[in-house]
Amino acid sequence: MATVSFREERCKGCELCITVCPEKIIVLADHFNAMGFHPATVVEMDKCKGCAMCARMCPDVVIEVVKEEKQA
Amino acid sequence: MAKVIFKRPEALTDKQFHYCPGCTHGIIHRLVAEVIDEMGIRDNTVGVCPVGCSVFAYDYFNVDMFQAAHGRAPAVATGIKRTLPDRMVFTYQGDGDLASIGTAEIVHAAARGEKITTIFVNNAVYGMTGGQMAPTTLPGQKTTTTPKGREKDAAGLPVKVSEMLSTLDGAAYIARVSVHDPKHILQAKKAIRKAFEVQQAGLGFALVEVLSTCPTNWGLSPKEALKWLAENMIPYYPLGVYKEPAEVK
Repeated sequence: MATVSFREERCKGCELCITVCPEKIIVLADHFNAMGFHPATVVEMDKCKGCAMCARMCPDVVIEVVKEEKQA
Repeated sequence: MAKVIFKRPEALTDKQFHYCPGCTHGIIHRLVAEVIDEMGIRDNTVGVCPVGCSVFAYDYFNVDMFQAAHGRAPAVATGIKRTLPDRMVFTYQGDGDLASIGTAEIVHAAARGEKITTIFVNNAVYGMTGGQMAPTTLPGQKTTTTPKGREKDAAGLPVKVSEMLSTLDGAAYIARVSVHDPKHILQAKKAIRKAFEVQQAGLGFALVEVLSTCPTNWGLSPKEALKWLAENMIPYYPLGVYKEPAEVK
């Protein structure tokens, strides 16, 4: 189980994270941020595998990925 | 137990990049910062910024930074490295800066085998000034100064910087990488790390050419720009390691 968080106020809505997400769970939100862009967001967080491809592709270092490690 | 898999590197300040949406400069900044963090050299690194879109890089890297005149970053870095030889010195330059007005400086820094690292961002266009033809603009590519596409007879053919510099004996490490997908981003990071390791080992001049996008001046969406890079730039500018000392192989 992984959680992806976006610093919404810094997202420029370039959609590069959307193009690389293997689970196709990232979309642009309907609302605007203060810069006037539709920020990227995850719709079904439970499908996230924590591969961090979105974060590696993001040109504005907006994304942070945290993964829950399995209990032994 | 929650484990942070990915976060902003410490070698980047918290200032927001001014780059256009989808510009891959930000990815390359992050890769350089991650390498600085991983090598543990943040307190010992001096960066030199160019003139061009990345002119404000001194605000973004959380290391000592210096701003050079247009194209002269390798000359300034030479001075810094020679006076402070224990520092890691890198220049971050675009193609308008390095391959045009700064050609003499980069060629002779490489020829002298200066122990500096250069990150050369090639997006085949002058970005900051409004999308004019650069020395690296592809044949047939439309820019504001080549509205019908770059014509060979009038404007010549692009300069292949990595190939050119790898013929110089002073150059120790020369590689060309791209950042158009996550796989190539990882390869780019490895090349940047090697370029810093070559300097750390005192082996000579190291340069990594990074193929980058300019969605705004190419007139494409960020997603289309990545595709354009893969389909047009990589065939003309083949990726690979052009020169590598045996010590870091």
